[in-house]
Amino acid sequence: MRQELPLLIWLVIVWGALWQDFSPGNLLFGALLAVAVARLFYLPPVELSGRFNALRAVPFAVVFLGRVVAASCQVFYLAVAQGPKVTNAVVAVPLRSHSDLMVTATGHVISLIPGSLVVEVDRSTSTLYIHGLNVRNGEDVLKLRKEVRDTEAGLIRIMGTKEELAALKQEVGA
Amino acid sequence: MSPEQNAVDTVIDAVSAVFMVVGALMSLAAAIGLLRFPDLMSRMHAATKPQVLGLFLLLAAVGLQLRTWWVWPVLLVAWILQLLTVPVSAHMVGRAGYRTKHLHKELLSTDELEAVVVKAAKAARDLEDDDGGNRTAG
Repeated sequence: MRQELPLLIWLVIVWGALWQDFSPGNLLFGALLAVAVARLFYLPPVELSGRFNALRAVPFAVVFLGRVVAASCQVFYLAVAQGPKVTNAVVAVPLRSHSDLMVTATGHVISLIPGSLVVEVDRSTSTLYIHGLNVRNGEDVLKLRKEVRDTEAGLIRIMGTKEELAALKQEVGA
Repeated sequence: MSPEQNAVDTVIDAVSAVFMVVGALMSLAAAIGLLRFPDLMSRMHAATKPQVLGLFLLLAAVGLQLRTWWVWPVLLVAWILQLLTVPVSAHMVGRAGYRTKHLHKELLSTDELEAVVVKAAKAARDLEDDDGGNRTAG
């Protein structure tokens, strides 16, 4: 039940938003439906870490929005200026975390920020294979890899498990 | 209506006008990218990024113009669902495109996935050979 709670809250919010009515009665009915839906259409549980750092999440979201804007402008520029001549690369990036949620979240964020797109995921080693737009040489490859690792670090700080966080702190400290 | 109200209205109108024009420009960017980029993967970049931002700006403009608070949750949910689904579809198309070789190798400066895919394909072939033996590879 505790694991399901975020899902149920999300379903109730969607219900209220679709009816455009956040009165208690409507929300209660929505909650009943959410429980019924979650029971009837059972999905494999998402393993949450039980941690969520809102103080880290807000700046991350703002930076994320900024980078989405930057990404769009970059793609616009490349489309107009380089077009067919653009050089790309497929880069393997091993991630620190092995949790499905973290790999998925990193993949999502990566797909939306400048010049990267997840082509393939190796779940056993939690490696992301990323297609980078406008990656011309080894230096760009290193930059792309660092960006992905930094994104993952940001996500670990928001909602990683305690162990992941400790490992990250050690890595940064070393 | 008081003059102050009018001033606020003008500001809101101006902001939503800017949002709409920039949002439309972003959709245009996606279209130009689809036409100009050489292969499937780089086209997926064009199809994901400017499109998400363009939708965000247009939804924000709609929200500003309707001026009722209850449209904001719907718009937000619409955008979040877009954020969640766009990378997934891009990944699926990109993955299928890589495997079916819909890309220009000569435009890649590095390819660290190729060796892995070749190895996996070889392993699968070996397994098949062990199982049946008479199936030809390739």
